[in-house]
Amino acid sequence: MWRTIKLIARSGIRTEPLPAVPDAPVERLQDEIRAILGRALAIRQVDAGSCNGCELEIHALGNPYYNVEGAGIRFVASPRHADLLLVTGPVSRNMAQALRRTYDAAPEPKLVVAAGQCACDGGIFGESYASCGRVANVIPVDVVVPGCPPTPLELLKGILAAVRRGR
Amino acid sequence: MARRVVDRDGWLAAARTGRLVSLWATDRGARGFAVSAAYAAAGGLEWLELPLGSATSYPDLSRHFPFAARMQRAAADLVGITAEGAQDARPWLDHGAWTLRWPLREASIRLPEREPSDYPFVRVAGDGVHEIPVGPVHAGIIEPGHFRFSVVGEKVLRLEERLGYTHKGIERRFTELAPLEAHRLAGRVCGDSTVAFAWAYCAALEAAASMKVPERAAWLRALLLERERVANHLGDLGALGNDGGFALGLAQFSRLREDWLRASHEVFGHRLMMDALCPGGVAADVSAAFLTKLEKDCARLESELAELRSLYDEHAGLQDRFVTTGRATPELAARLGLSGLAGRASDQALDLRCDHPLPPYDSLAVRKVVKRNGDVAARVLVRFEETAESLRLIRLLCEGIPAGEIRAALSVPGGEAFGAGWIEGWRGETLVALELDAGRVRRCHVHDPSWQNWPVIEHAVIGNIVPDFPLINKSFNLAYSGHDL
Repeated sequence: MWRTIKLIARSGIRTEPLPAVPDAPVERLQDEIRAILGRALAIRQVDAGSCNGCELEIHALGNPYYNVEGAGIRFVASPRHADLLLVTGPVSRNMAQALRRTYDAAPEPKLVVAAGQCACDGGIFGESYASCGRVANVIPVDVVVPGCPPTPLELLKGILAAVRRGR
Repeated sequence: MARRVVDRDGWLAAARTGRLVSLWATDRGARGFAVSAAYAAAGGLEWLELPLGSATSYPDLSRHFPFAARMQRAAADLVGITAEGAQDARPWLDHGAWTLRWPLREASIRLPEREPSDYPFVRVAGDGVHEIPVGPVHAGIIEPGHFRFSVVGEKVLRLEERLGYTHKGIERRFTELAPLEAHRLAGRVCGDSTVAFAWAYCAALEAAASMKVPERAAWLRALLLERERVANHLGDLGALGNDGGFALGLAQFSRLREDWLRASHEVFGHRLMMDALCPGGVAADVSAAFLTKLEKDCARLESELAELRSLYDEHAGLQDRFVTTGRATPELAARLGLSGLAGRASDQALDLRCDHPLPPYDSLAVRKVVKRNGDVAARVLVRFEETAESLRLIRLLCEGIPAGEIRAALSVPGGEAFGAGWIEGWRGETLVALELDAGRVRRCHVHDPSWQNWPVIEHAVIGNIVPDFPLINKSFNLAYSGHDL
């Protein structure tokens, strides 16, 4: 136990300040989210056919450096609990139905962020017999975040832009 | 790589003695269909091809290699040729929503857009048995797949997996790209193994073009591959701690992983090192100052890793979740062909870096990590020890890297040419088998070791409780996209 506490103390707090968004720099993200939603931001992530690269970077949002939970953003297990869907991948035809159902299950008002190059425009996979291409071909999208994969900071900026837009 | 054309007897004879790596089908238009199998032989990879002409069936290999069943079902979906007398004829990758039937045939059939069809899962009946369907959209941030549990109370009686949800037509897409561009697609087959797949693709193209990469390029490739291994092991060790109820493990390992990815971004220009390899070598050189930095990072990480390992080892609650959970005994692993990292945790001592070392691995004497228990704890231990070994290798690579060119010119052969790349990625052996014709990609088959390992999870969970499934699944951490293609 003593060693665990020592390790925690030595690691210190690594959390970095949240990114400013060009048009409206945010000092206190948590306040802004609360002002907009009246509560924390709940995100349901949907991999609609990605290569898993975007998922790795979305995971990184939870690490001590970005610490999005500390800012009031959390990933939830059900679309019924979600304010925002964070969708990755070119939408594979095998996932299109599941994505539409997830979208329908999320309560209004809902936001959709299409994260990653493939989600924006189909990426290197494009549209084919097996791929519907970009997310907007399947469900309405509010904000796109390009990048292959987008970095955690770019993802965070995209999520903030969607929240601001949803106001 | 040796490539041989065989007849039906030769096809079956090889199955009796070899270890199957992958199986796939090809349509050569006027020359008819062919089915190929890659075997691991003593002298390296053997690529066998059985020409079928206009016939659409071939001798079943699943009686020798149970994991071949899904590859055969995939070949039926993609090319429309089937294994004779195979027990399971259900579609695998094709969920009934594709707009082409047999998309890898030259003359594939157009279909209208439609919803996916129902899948006949195997039903378990009996007193008190109920089903839990999970997925394709999961509760966490994971790739999509469907798991159908048949349970009594908390205990798993049977698990049936259904994959293919992320199938996005990668093998057909390869044929639309120029051979010198397609390494970018290979690097996006499976995001966590971008280096392994890109290397396998480049090696296949270089073999087809009969060229060798400069020594420095090979060393840099190995540096990238070992960094990818460490990045993934760090992520998994944290996630496994978390799934075992030890949140500190996740916080610490995800901090270490972030440091590692930031260094990759600084040195290679990309956090996951995508597009760092290119046909003929690597995309960019690494300066002496950066090599020194990467070497120093290893020493720091080594001591943090040792401390976290002793925390994991001595945490009674965590070990209680890990030990005996999700066991794949060495006997089961051998019978089902468990491979890669998970295989080494079940006494399957296979590692291409030791068994068939490409340069520079032939001069590094890689230490193979093998455990016998086959449970979550063993897979955790393999990750700890392989991370330590990779850190040792990265040091050697940074110190010993020869000077010279980082890229050699590659001219794509104009005629028919074949090549294969076979690389030990962090998850296991990664294969790319490439056929060129008239300067274009005629067929590019990519194989992830998850094809071998997914069926083993169906066995490893039997008798475990449902809440242990996420932990067991994570301990294997198999690819969805890398498998679904």
